[in-house]
Amino acid sequence: MNGIAGRMPKFLRRADPAVVTAFACILLLLFLGSLYSRSFLSPEYLLQQLKVASFLGVIATGMMLVILLGQIDLSVPWSVATGAMMASAAAAYGPVGVALAIPFGILCGVAIGIVNGIGVAYLRIPSMIITLATNAVAQGLMVVYTGGFSPQDSATPAMRYLATGFAIPAVPNAVIIWALIGAAMVFALTRTGFGRAVYGIGNRERAAYLSGIDTRRVVMVAFAVSGGLSAFGGVLLAGYASKAAQSMGDAYLLPSIAAVVLGGTSILGGRGSYLGTVAGVILITLLQSILSVMQMPEAGRQIIYGTVIVAMLLLYGRAPASRG
Amino acid sequence: MKDWRYWLAEQRGTLLALGIFVAMFAIYSANHPAGFTANVVQTAANKGVLLAFVAMAQTLVVITAGIDLSVGMIFTLTNCLASWLVIGTGLETAFGVVAVLGTGLVCGAINGAIVIYGRLQPIVATIATGAVYFGLALLLRPFPGGSVNEDLADALTGRLFGVVPASLVALVVVVAIVWVPFSRSVLGRAAYAAGSSETAAYMSGVPIRRGKFVAYALAGLLAAIGGLFLTFFTYTGDAAYASGNAYTLFSIAAVVLGGVSLFGGKGSALGAIFGALAFRTIGDLLFVFDLDPLWQPLFQGVILLIAVSLGAFALFRVRNRLEWFL
Repeated sequence: MNGIAGRMPKFLRRADPAVVTAFACILLLLFLGSLYSRSFLSPEYLLQQLKVASFLGVIATGMMLVILLGQIDLSVPWSVATGAMMASAAAAYGPVGVALAIPFGILCGVAIGIVNGIGVAYLRIPSMIITLATNAVAQGLMVVYTGGFSPQDSATPAMRYLATGFAIPAVPNAVIIWALIGAAMVFALTRTGFGRAVYGIGNRERAAYLSGIDTRRVVMVAFAVSGGLSAFGGVLLAGYASKAAQSMGDAYLLPSIAAVVLGGTSILGGRGSYLGTVAGVILITLLQSILSVMQMPEAGRQIIYGTVIVAMLLLYGRAPASRG
Repeated sequence: MKDWRYWLAEQRGTLLALGIFVAMFAIYSANHPAGFTANVVQTAANKGVLLAFVAMAQTLVVITAGIDLSVGMIFTLTNCLASWLVIGTGLETAFGVVAVLGTGLVCGAINGAIVIYGRLQPIVATIATGAVYFGLALLLRPFPGGSVNEDLADALTGRLFGVVPASLVALVVVVAIVWVPFSRSVLGRAAYAAGSSETAAYMSGVPIRRGKFVAYALAGLLAAIGGLFLTFFTYTGDAAYASGNAYTLFSIAAVVLGGVSLFGGKGSALGAIFGALAFRTIGDLLFVFDLDPLWQPLFQGVILLIAVSLGAFALFRVRNRLEWFL
């Protein structure tokens, strides 16, 4: 934590106003939380929050990639659940199944993502529609698979280790995984042709196409990555709770979109930084945590949550007024 | 071209949806154990009408090239509200109905205000407001329960003259007093124009903001009518997240089946209604063929996937590859 805090001013100077606002809101939430309870600023609590945030962080990373293209992935809920359920299901097939559980879960998510990608990139179906449809199909498949009940398979030891273990003392594995995935995403977005293409397509797909980028392949890869990361988030969640559940992904759709958008990534695509998404994820997680520490019932949480997101978007997520 | 050919070209989506519905319903009632009786029609109508109202609501927003992902949550919220208010003497019940419809109108207006005057993307804005509406619904009904004026409920869900399902009559009445005036008014034209090409509409001085705002507000109202009918059918209020989400999803499926373009500016609520009835009938086909109900979500999902993929056929008409990118 100290390392990040020490370097923050340097980031602040370079970052855009939305990212600064998001970090300011995090500090504000921490301040409000510390007024409510002293333990809010303890390292244990903050690490625990970071661990919870890393599940959302992994999912939001994929969402960010898709949003940068100017698209959206609404198949997150059942990609998460499919990843979790399929990984747990594979564990029931002997030692080979246990070994392949995590890749298999992720692969199922990638498959969902590829269907999304084909629909968006090659069939030119609006992303919000095709992803809603694949979400429904994934749900249907899982309902048939589980027979409508909560699945009985449980997570493998490897999944539990990834989600709850400590490879480095005092740093939860989930946080390390998020850091690795985040670093890979930052590298891909800022240092590779793929990243340039993503920003280019987000700004104007027509121009990107005319400058020789295979825009359709880039879009498809982005959706596949998003599906895979959602499923990986599901695998981690299954490891955390030691089993998969029917509606485990429902709680991740709005937060993942909100985290990306609150972090200053334009919902229209082409603009945004990963640092903003990190800020958005931590912001959302802290907000959820404070609401649950205050023992706010589910109803109040939903209302505050939706209101805060609309309010923050109205502050800095508005589309330009110019027209005509 | 002759007039009737223009009319045919304009109504192609609606007529196609009607055709699909008639075919599906024929298969459905032919294989139903009870056959084509007033009872079967009434049950089917009652289930279909709920989705038809929500699909009409979705249509109004989709016409403006937007989308309302909170429509199912407004439906759930008004269902919970109706289970508190639509009860008691005639006057109290009337007040309750007005309050429920007013709530829906306000919810829709809030969506519209955020999207149009707040300039947020409809998709994010309505997911967020949907969370708020669901929270309010949960506040009203933490557990399923409540009751409704049963005389009114039975009157609106029963049969007129022993044959015609009353819910269908209600649907026709709503179409006549909400959709027909709207689509023929200046504001309705503005909503279509805004969906078709916002820049062109703006340049021509069309009141696009007001048109879009009214479309969002009326969408809330129509979702509330749906919520009211849900209360009449079930006699209870239930803040079920899954059911609200399912209605949002199905409304989009119905809109697509009904020939309403998701890019805006094309289609009619009548098409969406036939789309909704057809979608419901297809979903129920599983039951008459005695398949395991477990397969229903998958079946509906696949239908949705196929329905949205049909739009891809327009690609064959594209002459210049740059037209891929809108």
